[in-house]
Amino acid sequence: MSAPMTGSRRSVRREAWRRFMRHRQAVLGLLLTVLLALTALMAPLVAPHDPDEQTDIVATRYQPPSVEHPMGTDRFGRDVFSRVVYGARISLMIGFLAVAIAISIGTAVGAIAGFLGGWLDTTLMRGVDLLLSFPRLVLLITLVALFEPSIALITLVLGLTGWMGTSRIVRGQVLTVREMEYVTAARVLGFGQARILVRHILPNVLTPVIVAATLGIGNTILAEAALSFLGLGVQPPTASWGNMVASGRDTMLNAWWITTFPGLAIVLTVMSFNLVGDGLRDALDPRHVV
Amino acid sequence: MASGGCALIRFALRRLLQAVPILVGIVTLIFLLLHLAPGDAATAYFNPNVSPEIIDRMRENLGLDRPIHEQYFRWLRAFFTGDFGYSFGQHRPVSAVLADALPNTLVLSGVSLVLIFVVGCAVGAVQAVRQYSKLDNVLTFTSLFVYSMPGFWLGLMLILAFSSPALPDALRLPISGVTSIGYEFMGPLGKLLDRARHLVLPSVALGIASAAGVARYMRGSMLEVIGQDYIRTARAKGLPERQVILKHALRNALVPIVSLLGLYVPLLFGGSVVIEVVFSWPGMGRALYNAILGRDYPVVMAASFFFGVLVLAANLVVDLLYAAVDPRIRRA
Repeated sequence: MSAPMTGSRRSVRREAWRRFMRHRQAVLGLLLTVLLALTALMAPLVAPHDPDEQTDIVATRYQPPSVEHPMGTDRFGRDVFSRVVYGARISLMIGFLAVAIAISIGTAVGAIAGFLGGWLDTTLMRGVDLLLSFPRLVLLITLVALFEPSIALITLVLGLTGWMGTSRIVRGQVLTVREMEYVTAARVLGFGQARILVRHILPNVLTPVIVAATLGIGNTILAEAALSFLGLGVQPPTASWGNMVASGRDTMLNAWWITTFPGLAIVLTVMSFNLVGDGLRDALDPRHVV
Repeated sequence: MASGGCALIRFALRRLLQAVPILVGIVTLIFLLLHLAPGDAATAYFNPNVSPEIIDRMRENLGLDRPIHEQYFRWLRAFFTGDFGYSFGQHRPVSAVLADALPNTLVLSGVSLVLIFVVGCAVGAVQAVRQYSKLDNVLTFTSLFVYSMPGFWLGLMLILAFSSPALPDALRLPISGVTSIGYEFMGPLGKLLDRARHLVLPSVALGIASAAGVARYMRGSMLEVIGQDYIRTARAKGLPERQVILKHALRNALVPIVSLLGLYVPLLFGGSVVIEVVFSWPGMGRALYNAILGRDYPVVMAASFFFGVLVLAANLVVDLLYAAVDPRIRRA
């Protein structure tokens, strides 16, 4: 960025940060998200047991919550709390990576469609309409079913089915920004198309993308959990919240803790990202005041 | 008025025409997916011990040895004439499998959709009228919590709660299936009641998160309307507050909510896969899921197709509703 811009840019950022920090729910969300991320990073330190550890199955399985096992044990005598902690790694990693893929594709498609316009725009946007006419979960399970489920595949497929919303947002923004005077100025100065798009237009359309990405992480974690719950996502014995809920389903009436706690972990995580996303939206868009 | 109706019909026809290429696109996408996958229909029919000659002959019979574009046009024709092939999991035509499942999914999603909008709009409107009250704060937080809940987990928690021995018999609700054992012997009213009772838990589990989403949107929409001049005018005229809210504010706040329908319908159908599995609801979602587990590709493809068609149809209805509510849309 050019030097004279930085002063005002920084104050815009500081202003947004101030608004964000005044937003009580957003701050709560941010704290929870950081806590979750730390838990995932330091899982071996946080978890009291090995998540796959099975000792004497008959003696240790289906134990209700206790001091030794705060969330009880499952049918193999594994510590549910430790598995929930390790599950955070899987959920957050898939969530972040899939959203990164989705945001990259969505931004590229939206920017190209909005900037170049014409038949390319029409074709791309009809394609988006087409993909959006499938319920995402239907598209997901159909795609996953055609291949062997693995964490890499699920991440990729979640990314490939999650970019359409972003591309619409980016396209709309690019259409507005494209007509601004500083873009005309850049054109008059003889800058190339690519440079104008990447250096002058994209930085100014990223705000709603950041919000969409934050909210998208929550949705992606929900989608991964649903896939894993159906047995089409993360495969046991790797702990993921979705497959843990599924594993406790048959014995739910006798051992409620196996399904209950991983589900609560999902709710808490998704809620944290939604809180941060809402807060970011309110802070970054001065027009949107709740 | 007559010209308005005419414009609406023209608008409807135009939208219907626009849906055709998308429909072709859906079928094409499914065709591509099927061919992208390793193996084909012939290998799915047989186990690996069958000799390659027989598989080749089977491939010939199924037309899988033909060039890809020929296969594509055959596939296109078959889909648009309602020939979805034969389910090798259930040993009957795919159309029969779907004909059994579709009504159940439509009933479940329909009831959920009503629930989503009635509950969502009511909660959002109450919040807006009592903005920043304790009730507003509690509801805001509750809807955020509910909004973040995975449907399958909520479904399981409802099953857990409603099968608790502490619950009096009068409050018990069925936790699986569409009807109870002995349904055939019930009177007409009993049958209706039995079906309704079976719908309660699945439709709540399916719809409540979206209802929370609608509530959040409705609160904003209602607040915006309440801030408008014509509401102040209505109050200044001395209209009772109840009438101002119900007749003036609520009606106008509902207009933008119509567009949310198009957003929630795909979510609803996607969610129905999981909810139907949890509640053993014999609908399209469960048919799709079982077909996927059994590698019953003809059912998988036809079910995906129908989900696409349902979303498309729902979007069409939303557009028409919107055009009916807001005349500006028709002219655009």
